[in-house]
Amino acid sequence: MIHDAKLSAELAAGTKPALDNVSRRGILGGAGALVLALSLRPARADETQTEEQKAQKFGADGMPHGWRDDPKVFVAIAPDGTVTVTNHRSDMGQGIRTSVAFTVADELEADWAKVKVVQAWGDETRFGNQDTDGSRSTRHFFQHFRHAGAAARLMLIQAAAKQWGVPASEVTAVNHTLTHAKSGRTLGYGAVAQAAAELPVPTDVTLKDPKDFRYIGTGKVGLIDNFDITTGKAIYGLDTKLDGMLYAVVARPAVYGGTVKSFDDSEAKKVPGVVKIFKIDATPIPTEFMPLGGVAVVAKNTWSAMKARDALKITWDDGPNAGYDTDVFRKELEAAARKPGKVVRTQGDVEGAMAKAKTKVQAEYFVPHLAQAPMEPPAAVARVKDGFCEAWACVQGPQAANDRLMKALKLPDDKVKVNVTLLGGGFGRKSKPDYVVEAALCSQAVGGAPVKLAWTREDDLHHGFYHTISVEHLEAGLDDKGMPVAWLHRSVAPTIGSIFAPDPKHELPFELGMGLVNTPLNIPNMRLENPEAAAHVRVGWFRSVSNIPHAFAIQSFVSELAHAAGREPKAYLLELLGPDRKIDPTEIGDVWNYGEDPKRYPIDTGRLRGVIEAAAKGAGWGREMPKGRGLGIAGHYSFVTYTAVAAEVEVDDKGQLKVHAIDIAVDCGPQVNPERIRSQMEGAVVMGMGLALTSEITFKQGRAVQNNFDGYEITRIDAAPKVIRVHLVSTGAYDGPLGGVGEPGVPPVAPAIANAIFAATGRRVRQLPIRDQLSA
Amino acid sequence: MIKLTVNGAARSFDGDPDMPLLWYLRDELQLTGTKFGCGVSLCGACTIHLGGAATRACITPVSAAEGQEIVTIEGLSPDGNHPVQAAWRDLNVAQCGFCQCGQIMQAAALLKDTPKPSDQDIDDTMSGNICRCGTYPRIRAAIHQAAGQTAPATKGERL
Repeated sequence: MIHDAKLSAELAAGTKPALDNVSRRGILGGAGALVLALSLRPARADETQTEEQKAQKFGADGMPHGWRDDPKVFVAIAPDGTVTVTNHRSDMGQGIRTSVAFTVADELEADWAKVKVVQAWGDETRFGNQDTDGSRSTRHFFQHFRHAGAAARLMLIQAAAKQWGVPASEVTAVNHTLTHAKSGRTLGYGAVAQAAAELPVPTDVTLKDPKDFRYIGTGKVGLIDNFDITTGKAIYGLDTKLDGMLYAVVARPAVYGGTVKSFDDSEAKKVPGVVKIFKIDATPIPTEFMPLGGVAVVAKNTWSAMKARDALKITWDDGPNAGYDTDVFRKELEAAARKPGKVVRTQGDVEGAMAKAKTKVQAEYFVPHLAQAPMEPPAAVARVKDGFCEAWACVQGPQAANDRLMKALKLPDDKVKVNVTLLGGGFGRKSKPDYVVEAALCSQAVGGAPVKLAWTREDDLHHGFYHTISVEHLEAGLDDKGMPVAWLHRSVAPTIGSIFAPDPKHELPFELGMGLVNTPLNIPNMRLENPEAAAHVRVGWFRSVSNIPHAFAIQSFVSELAHAAGREPKAYLLELLGPDRKIDPTEIGDVWNYGEDPKRYPIDTGRLRGVIEAAAKGAGWGREMPKGRGLGIAGHYSFVTYTAVAAEVEVDDKGQLKVHAIDIAVDCGPQVNPERIRSQMEGAVVMGMGLALTSEITFKQGRAVQNNFDGYEITRIDAAPKVIRVHLVSTGAYDGPLGGVGEPGVPPVAPAIANAIFAATGRRVRQLPIRDQLSA
Repeated sequence: MIKLTVNGAARSFDGDPDMPLLWYLRDELQLTGTKFGCGVSLCGACTIHLGGAATRACITPVSAAEGQEIVTIEGLSPDGNHPVQAAWRDLNVAQCGFCQCGQIMQAAALLKDTPKPSDQDIDDTMSGNICRCGTYPRIRAAIHQAAGQTAPATKGERL
């Protein structure tokens, strides 16, 4: 083992975790003798920093509640040697419960068979930020988890050394066993756990040399919840069981901003098992994460509640969005995209260069509303009794749920507790805890009995927080070599900011920073604009968010330019990226950079080139394709990670499209859990393919048209590519910056497929989903 | 009074005979391994075995199970080691895991009827089961593995 001097220096410079021994605080009850809390306090201010630099916070430190002041991660070792790791991030399929536990276990030199994980409840004062979104759990917390495990290991070593009366330097900790080689003595971890807990927490901790990792980076650790998941024992949001529990559904306004004028529940009340029917007041626009309102039905089982809801006669006031029609709205977006808008990045003289250009190319791309549609619709159990609210819910942000419960129930923080179940998918939907509030209101309305609130699939598709709807208008002027000298991109889309503020018309920095302003193409004259757009539905995060329309437009347009220039598209894309260089995102107008330090996380075009080359190589780029088949490629930077996709498609003479194979390459820096990186990329390919080919939410008269998985089609196994090859491109050491994994796989999929279709047929797809456009 | 057998135990139910088996299993028996995903037989998350056949519990009323044997994910194997379950774990098929009980029940039924399924058999039988996480390559590989066949190269890393 070597002292990881580089990491220590890095942590000292910014965000060194301080470790507190909190075993006497009983935080984990009887979980173990040694309870180590990773107390993440702000590091000492560097005297050389300017006031502005001191104010700037990045990574986990820049998140609400950051990672400071109070314990975030607990490591407990019981007398029998069992190691319990508390995970404060929500697991929605990314495998973070496994990755967090094995990261701690690795530095602790723990036997994986003796490691358990427990889930933290929502309490950011105690655990630090818990918002599980933005592809940042491993990125933000990996080093801190390592540090916690390493500190616990050192305490065990010190305790054993003390017991044996030997120097700690002569004791080793390997795979749950402490050894003093000179005397041949050994002890298990459990045997000294209690003594270790009496010791002060070491401040100078030695991290393992990555070559000695047992679990980190190996891809050899199976999912910690595998057995429970495959035997039906795993508990999701809809699975919590409490004594005396009732069941509820809610009839919500079909139009965003609608309200209940009146309702007649005389027939509904006749349904056997109905306990209570009551009105939930609508939250006025902007609703933020609070409930839409409507009429709730609480019953003795879900079926009775659903039947009674069907029997309700409700008169609605549809409110200001009753006229929302996505066909009409698309034309409004297109009109906006054809006129100048708010400039969000500019360089050089676009008009001048455009005037001198040899060739001009223009195109518009459309991406519709999408629903996250996690397989588990929103669900929660809540009990509001004796002035205390406890909830059990599948939430990506338990603190967000906690805060909304406080607001809705007018309870103080210490009278609300949100427990986090497994999430049956999230994809951004479960960052918005309106359903947890609904469950609590139901429990309150029935006098405190626990209530399990279910959303049906129709509820999910009709009352969602949808992916925005967008038109991307691009123009380029090409020189005599076919390379762009001028580039104009207008991106028009209702903003997620519209759920928080009344009627904002422009995208927020984090939306613009998802592949628009930080376009890393090497073009001398560029102007990026964001014309106005209003929102008429709740707009929310959908896995990879604004990267979807931006990547679809830009990576399709580059392929179109290659064609206009008579060039091979991959070589053209790489030439457009320009020489390998590191771009400071702030210098191209991206003030956000996924919340990461622009110095530590520059945009590295060489890494983007690397994944494009890897995907192309995997797909056998350049090989002769049979008639009707084509290869397409796209690369994208998102969540401080680089991804590229090469798609092989076939379009038959009837216009039927088949995606045969996808090669996806990812460079997320050092790889903590390569096995889950692969699975996330496989899944992103399938989700990206769904939105490319079939998925769309449309609105008529303010109402979502699609009801269920018949109208809202997502990829099934027979349509999914038979071959998905994931290429992991590793960059950097484990003390270096990590990139996100959960989302970056999605954005390049749709443009790669569109480009492959063009290669196969000569037909350019500019609107999603593709559906039957090729047979028309 | 409807009498039926669930995972080997005799049960009787005197509630609404129209109640879908899904809600009977979940709300009345607290067998929550059978999942709700769509309610209209479009996603397969609620797949159980009724009289040995893969069945969507969300559209099957309790009355249709009168006198019949129901097996849910909780009863598929006494120790959770049905070959399909074991293969699912070996290949780390699950992401969120929510649909996987239904996928496993469907796959177990497939292998009972077709011990050595082709890719086409898998497409035909499994396309009613949606996985939003997109674990299809591994589902396919795990079915082949459970059937004792070499999994095709879907590049799901073996663990």
